[in-house]
Amino acid sequence: MNITIDINGKDVTAAIEPRVTLLDFVRDVAGLKGTHAGCEHGVCGACTVLLDGEAVRSCLILAAQAEGSQITTIEAVDGTTRQPGELSIIQDAFCESHGLQCGYCTPGMVLAAKTLLQHNPTPSREQVRDAISGNICRCTGYVQIIDAIMLAAERLQGRNQPADGA
Amino acid sequence: MPEGIAEGIGASVRRKEDRKFITGRGRYTDDINRAGQLHAFFVRSDVAHAKIKSVDIKKAAAMDGVAAVYTGQDIADDGVGGLICGWVVPNRDGSATHEPPHPILAKDKVRYVGDHVAMVVADSLATAQAAAELVNVTYETLPAVVDLASAATAAEIHDGMANNTYFDWELGDEAATADAFSKAKHVVSATLRNNRLIPNAVEPRAAVAEYDHIADSYVLHSTTQNPHLLRLVICAFVLNIPESKMQIVAPDVGGGFGSKIYLYAEEACCTWAAKKLRRPIKWTADRTQAFLSDAHGRDHINKVQMALDDNNKIIGLRVDTLANLGGYLSAFAVVTPTYLHGTLLSGCYAIPAIYTNVKGMATTTAPVDAYRGAGRPEATFLLERMMNIAAAEIGMDPAEFRRINFIPKDAFPYQTAVALQYDIGDYEAPLDRALEMIDYKGFESRRAEAAKRGKYRGIGLSSYIEACGIAPSAVVGALGGRVGLYESAVVRVDPTGTVSVFTGAHSHGQGHDTTFAQIVADKLGIPLANVEIVHGDTNRIPFGMGTYGSRSLAVGGTAISKAVDKVIEKGKIIAAHMLEAADSDMEFKDGKFAVAGTDKEKSFGEIALSAYVPHNFPHDRLEPGLEETAFYDPLNFTYPSGTHIAEVEIDPATGVVTLVDWACCDDFGNLINPMIVEGQVHGGIAQGVGQALLENAHYDENGQLLTASYMDYCMPRADNFPSLQVDYTVTACTHNDLGVKGCGEAGAIASPPALINAVVDALSPLGVTDMTMPASPEKVWRAIQNAQTKAAE
Repeated sequence: MNITIDINGKDVTAAIEPRVTLLDFVRDVAGLKGTHAGCEHGVCGACTVLLDGEAVRSCLILAAQAEGSQITTIEAVDGTTRQPGELSIIQDAFCESHGLQCGYCTPGMVLAAKTLLQHNPTPSREQVRDAISGNICRCTGYVQIIDAIMLAAERLQGRNQPADGA
Repeated sequence: MPEGIAEGIGASVRRKEDRKFITGRGRYTDDINRAGQLHAFFVRSDVAHAKIKSVDIKKAAAMDGVAAVYTGQDIADDGVGGLICGWVVPNRDGSATHEPPHPILAKDKVRYVGDHVAMVVADSLATAQAAAELVNVTYETLPAVVDLASAATAAEIHDGMANNTYFDWELGDEAATADAFSKAKHVVSATLRNNRLIPNAVEPRAAVAEYDHIADSYVLHSTTQNPHLLRLVICAFVLNIPESKMQIVAPDVGGGFGSKIYLYAEEACCTWAAKKLRRPIKWTADRTQAFLSDAHGRDHINKVQMALDDNNKIIGLRVDTLANLGGYLSAFAVVTPTYLHGTLLSGCYAIPAIYTNVKGMATTTAPVDAYRGAGRPEATFLLERMMNIAAAEIGMDPAEFRRINFIPKDAFPYQTAVALQYDIGDYEAPLDRALEMIDYKGFESRRAEAAKRGKYRGIGLSSYIEACGIAPSAVVGALGGRVGLYESAVVRVDPTGTVSVFTGAHSHGQGHDTTFAQIVADKLGIPLANVEIVHGDTNRIPFGMGTYGSRSLAVGGTAISKAVDKVIEKGKIIAAHMLEAADSDMEFKDGKFAVAGTDKEKSFGEIALSAYVPHNFPHDRLEPGLEETAFYDPLNFTYPSGTHIAEVEIDPATGVVTLVDWACCDDFGNLINPMIVEGQVHGGIAQGVGQALLENAHYDENGQLLTASYMDYCMPRADNFPSLQVDYTVTACTHNDLGVKGCGEAGAIASPPALINAVVDALSPLGVTDMTMPASPEKVWRAIQNAQTKAAE
């Protein structure tokens, strides 16, 4: 079957078998390798992408189901208002707080954080903890990820700006 | 550093590697595809123990898109070797460890669910998977051997291996220990169980194997923690390939925790078949395959006896351990429960007599090997549980009981009764600090307050020591190790003064790109941005041993430091020549070579340029260029130590254990990047919390793994953790240049007994004295019910 999906603002068209997941479409058809397969049964969150702005597990969605939707992956999470290579506030906060180690779960964590902060710009630590509890990280123990998201929330509110203006 | 320590040793600088990861531009093995590549899928045994009567591949091989189907017979016909054991130990009777063959595809027998029986190679993964369904394997099933305690008397797993025992090893002075027990005032006994875990790096294992038939050479991309070790084993022992014809690349690797140390059957099969088919072959595990076939961790039964004298001093310890090693011996399966476990049984304590016996047992379960901590968590769990059990029996505060038994800080170097010599330590300082951080004195009021809310609150300590930075190669060799355990580094200075460092260590989350660069930037007085760290490619780096056992900084970092020292020494001679001074008058400080006591100096950049544009150069004494190599073989292990304290609350209605506070104080020696160290501590604690409260690999009586998905194997998640209070004390390691000890495993080693001690403490008012791991809601609820029933009787 032929399908077209808007991924990061570009239409990607391909002839695929109906069983192809959105995860495989993003990785193998669109060639965007930042979305990772961790468990392929919807439990670990490494494959998280945004579908019309909401975090979803791309391993549990058929590519065909995403036709007509806008998909955002980690490669475009920094948006269009920044210079190429410049990090978004959330990404920058992850680096500042050491919210990542091996980097494999990180794209999913960043997108989970982005969704949370869209819905709730001033979350409590408890709310951040709940919001990322669907994403497994084996490296960090989560504390520094929560620190990162709290820091990003503050900065998105215009508080606690980094000294170097990053 | 000219600008202070803003980027140098001791600075919490941001990680250099973060930018690629945070933008999704990391490059992991499964991200790699090659033109014309085929996909491999493995037919795995669905029975735990059976003779293979026949493997019928006809239908599968005939399927459209299938390039080949290989069986154990094909592998055997081609003279392919099996997987090997990297370390063996002598038995008590003087005989050797039994090392049964471990073929990369099973031919005659399968020995665990997930054992590799056939390999299907096809033009797509879906086709390979579909064809694998058509491979018809006929088994004659044999009794599964699952229960560790009775494995010795169960069905024979390996021909001629009596009692399903791979080895029967001992350490320590049995007679002296028996003597200590005969003089003891108290003897405390317990049987403890260390539960089986599955490492679960979030990135599954993967391999892409390529063969170039013109050059007769190979490239293998692999999710390995140690590319050169992998190359040595696959070339010399399995496929008989010249090492010079094999390039192993471990690109970004998504966590390892031990499970990615070993050569696995899949990588070897893909490499072998890539030559057969002259096509690149890719294999990536799905999560179920990872559960079934990654090396598992832990799985001990420990019978422990502790002897105390009149003054509550420990005078003897005896530990008899059964270690479940699974259906085959994995590469470091033997050393993990022996020399990485038995030697740690003295802990932080002055124990004059220790004896331990370890039996390495075969069962029809997945192979068990090193997993974060590797032997040391098992030793620490049994010892730190015993400290609490003994303290309870003699009616002493567990912190004070530890304190009076600590090796005093003026007793170093300290020779333990189990072979190790600790170079330095101060165990009271981190204990005191952790007690203060958690407000130990105020605990009883918190317990009372929780009780008013209907919750049981408990506190638990664990004072651990670990042996890291493995190891002096000569010691390893004398103890049965078959590898050297140095680390290598090449420091290459470019003409413009930038520096590339090629290290034999491998980073899969640890932050080496940053920590190692900080060492170099600090020592050379150059900006961090001018230092690049290269690792993970056997064609680029010197022969190195890779990353495990918290060794990268202590061994690999020291190798880098030594290579930098050589660069500085050469730079001094070049500078002396240029400044017309004597070598002995030269000093190097803040990035400048200066003649002592004068204002004559050359910058590091000027010397680098001169080394490559050697117009004014001491050609009579030196070769041009500025590149130095160091191989560092450590003089001793390093001995990180510290105290971790857990505080928990238990809801009696549900049995749920909630971790409410955590305080730890660790002594890792000097810290290079405290931010990264804190991340390592947190991550280790998280895995320990997983072991103690959540995770358990469970096989049923038929040897089927019931916990083979994230629906059944409970991984720690963000809502399992409070904020963690972390602090440090420092006694600098005495035998490496950086004074560092290693920090990667400490949390996983220290935390399980702290948690179980806290759970038992919480339930102690009910008369509960023990709890097995994981302390799941069901187990805790039942313990509460049983205690209440008993109290009512």
